[in-house]
Amino acid sequence: MSLNELWFLLISVLFVGFFFLEGYDYGVGMATRFLAKNEVERRVLINTIGPFWDSNEVWMITAGGAMFAAFPNWYATLFSGFYVPLVLMLLLLIARGTAFEFRGKVGNSNWRNTWDWLIFLASLLVPLLWGVVFSAIVHGLPIDHNMNMDAAFSSYLNMYTILGGLAITLLCFFHGLVFICLRTVGDLQRRARQMAKKVIGILAIFLIAFVIATYFSTDLFSVRGGLLVPIYALVVIFLALSGYFLAKKRDGWAFGMNAAVIALTIASLFVGLFPRVMISNIKSAYDLTIYNAASGSYSLTVMSIVAVTLLPFVLGYTIWSYIVFRKRVHKDQHLEY
Amino acid sequence: MDPLSLARFQYAATTIYHFLFVPLSIGLVFIVAIMETLYVVKKDDVYKKMSKFWGKLFLINFAIGVVTGILQEFQFGMNWSNYSRFMGDIFGAPLAIEALLAFFLESTFIGIWNFGWDRLSKRIHLVSIWLVSIGTILSAVWILTANSFMQEPVGFVVRNGRAEMTDFFALVKNPQLWVELPHTIFGSFATGAFLITGISAIMLLKKRDIEFFKKSFHIGITVGLISGVLLAFAGHDQAKHLVQSQPMKMAASEGLWKDSGNPAAWTVLASINPKTHENTAEVKIPYLLSYLSYGKFDGKVKGMETLQKQYEQKYGKGNYIPPVRTTFWSFRIMSLAGLALCALGIVGAFLAFRKKLVESKWFLRIMVAAMSLPYIGSITGWIMTEIGRQPWTVFGLMKTADSVSPNVSSGELLFSIISFLGAYTLLAVVMVYLFVRVIKQGPSMKQEDPKVISNDPFDREAYHLVAK
Ligand code: HDD
Ligand code: HEM
Ligand code: HEM
Repeated sequence: MSLNELWFLLISVLFVGFFFLEGYDYGVGMATRFLAKNEVERRVLINTIGPFWDSNEVWMITAGGAMFAAFPNWYATLFSGFYVPLVLMLLLLIARGTAFEFRGKVGNSNWRNTWDWLIFLASLLVPLLWGVVFSAIVHGLPIDHNMNMDAAFSSYLNMYTILGGLAITLLCFFHGLVFICLRTVGDLQRRARQMAKKVIGILAIFLIAFVIATYFSTDLFSVRGGLLVPIYALVVIFLALSGYFLAKKRDGWAFGMNAAVIALTIASLFVGLFPRVMISNIKSAYDLTIYNAASGSYSLTVMSIVAVTLLPFVLGYTIWSYIVFRKRVHKDQHLEY
Repeated sequence: MDPLSLARFQYAATTIYHFLFVPLSIGLVFIVAIMETLYVVKKDDVYKKMSKFWGKLFLINFAIGVVTGILQEFQFGMNWSNYSRFMGDIFGAPLAIEALLAFFLESTFIGIWNFGWDRLSKRIHLVSIWLVSIGTILSAVWILTANSFMQEPVGFVVRNGRAEMTDFFALVKNPQLWVELPHTIFGSFATGAFLITGISAIMLLKKRDIEFFKKSFHIGITVGLISGVLLAFAGHDQAKHLVQSQPMKMAASEGLWKDSGNPAAWTVLASINPKTHENTAEVKIPYLLSYLSYGKFDGKVKGMETLQKQYEQKYGKGNYIPPVRTTFWSFRIMSLAGLALCALGIVGAFLAFRKKLVESKWFLRIMVAAMSLPYIGSITGWIMTEIGRQPWTVFGLMKTADSVSPNVSSGELLFSIISFLGAYTLLAVVMVYLFVRVIKQGPSMKQEDPKVISNDPFDREAYHLVAK
């Protein structure tokens, strides 16, 4: 495997990690309106992700940093091209990140309500925006010979990308509901499980629709059909298994199976892109690839050594933090947020 | 307005804003870690209260530091895509390392610390706050590695129309980094320390929780004095380095148009006219500029006109003189702030030692105002550093005018500037409100829900249920 390929893989892993981890905390954020019935329940839900959401978000920051380091042209084209959606995303992330910390600091229900709405909206819209961005990348964008993308809304907002956005959002929502089953007790847990059973049906429809649309409106299948067909078959199987375990009240297994669904869905987009990183719909010669977008080989070598050394530590203490906070969250205990 | 000016305005505004929160995060968490260490060593509950009280302020500040930081990272791609293409090879590496090494550490252990008071042993809990502190410092190390390259490029070649890294260790050993880093870190410690002494002073004036705030003041003034003095020394090191690495910036920050005499005098105040290249009403201290630049009392310092000629020979036609007035005055304000910090540190330590703090109302009032000094120092410091480097983004390699995204329109930039500045203004208001609230509540924060009953089947141990 060349260094360019390794870095493409690492960045995919970082994005998969981001959707797997922050996916559930976006889902929990959505559940604060769809599932929670009152302020106490909302508070319990928010505290289930209390110790985790910040480090989950760092997966996205690291993916961005790694992209900057390994494929500067990818980073530059992507971030300057999706200007307006990224401004919106940043505003939402600013609101969300501060809302967690601030909501419990004042004992006034208007105050808390405001921040809770922000948490909800951001948790709903950020995955939607990411979904649109990723679908637009595989769908193709107006990238010119200088690698600059001069995009209008119509370049990335169409039926396909909206479908992709909704599919990713539902995926996160389902993921969050199963996470809630794992982290709460009593009535809240029971209702989360019920809602998850309903959502999984809708999710299945959207995912399958997204796969079919991908077949017709992108070239992914003609480029990598041999890999994508088995991947999507696995997606369907794992999703079905997740539903099965949920019905059996085996929440841990249901969560694990859905983690595989998320990982495979996100991975499928990267598999379909490879070796491209952004597709030009002006001319395929203008595509950004892991070769013309990359840093020099020296820089990639250094970065590889650093990443391979550091990632195990990161994973180690991340797992440890889940062990520390393995106990379920309960409305009568002290809630930090 | 053209996209370049808008992008510059947005960059300067959002970065300065980020750096209002950064030094306080770095400084406050370091002092909170000291307080918690005292708690674990002395087993005195007052130190636990202290870590919680000051820790609360830290957490509020940290949250804003994090969200404004995300914007910083995105901004390079959004507004400065040509810069990112040219520099990604070198600039991206420290940024990615920062994320892997520092951001994960900070964010994970902050969660563990904040939520883990009753779930971890005292020692592990203490270790987690120290890891957060180390994380914030590592974060500074790596982002400043990137920034130092922009001041003084090392370990690279220009190939395929962009800068490529050839020597990672040169990047890490960059002399600019090793003068810039201590200065920034001590400045951050001073920011945390003077915030603590300032708030303690308010409470001592109001005669609330006197013992608690006296003790806090003592810790704060100790850290403040030490870091203030080290800060000044580190700043002097920077100035000596600057004469060699970016003589133009040094000359601009001295308002020195023509070569100085030997020995060179330091200009305290001057009225500068950048059009005619003349200063009027100068106040000078003999010998001092030689000392600042070379550490001895003789030596000439080159002026901007000489340097302009040299730069034109080297880099081609153009104006290489940065905004002189801005650079000159920001340097003066920063240095004055530094001297004031040292002086206040000495007086404060003296009064505390003589147990005269509570009676010295005049001094406490000054300390309240002095909370702003480190902020003033940091902002003017960065303005001097970054504006003094103009017209370059990367010194000698890339100009600011060539760095901007070609595909981003003025309209888009205006939209983002208005959105971010709006959001940032709201955040600032909320933060001040929360700070005031937390401070008013005082350290004897009333616990919200002391009665706790568990019916969680997973709870075997009862200890974690006792509310903090
Ligand atoms: C000298 C220190 C320093 C400087 C010059 C900067 N930062 Fe910063 N940054 C920090 C020190 C720091 C920190 C101490 O680690 C923060 C600030 C406060 C905080 O809460 O964490 C942080 C947070 C922070 C975050 C969020 C991290 C998280 O989620 O934990 C990002 C993505 C950045 N920064 C990125 C940047 C970029 C791209 C900068 C360049 C313009 C920058 N920072 C300047
Ligand atoms: C956090 C403290 C910092 C502050 C307050 C700050 C402030 C500024 C200011 C005032 C400018 C000049 C704007 C102009 O006149 O155009 C500037 C330019 C710049 N700085 Fe910094 N800076 C900081 C740190 C950094 C760091 C750590 C980096 C990189 C790692 C960096 C990268 C840049 C770039 C790319 C420019 C060029 C863009 C421009 O000129 O506007 N800055 N900065
Ligand atoms: C005691 C007097 C001080 C001196 C002699 C001094 C010296 C300097 C010099 C020469 C620079 C520019 C370096 C460059 O452009 O390469 C600088 C930058 C800076 N100063 Fe100071 N400084 C002093 C006090 C302070 C204070 C009180 C603070 C705030 C707490 C501060 C914060 C900064 C910051 C944040 C920078 C920009 C980052 C950097 O280049 O390190 N300084 N200082």
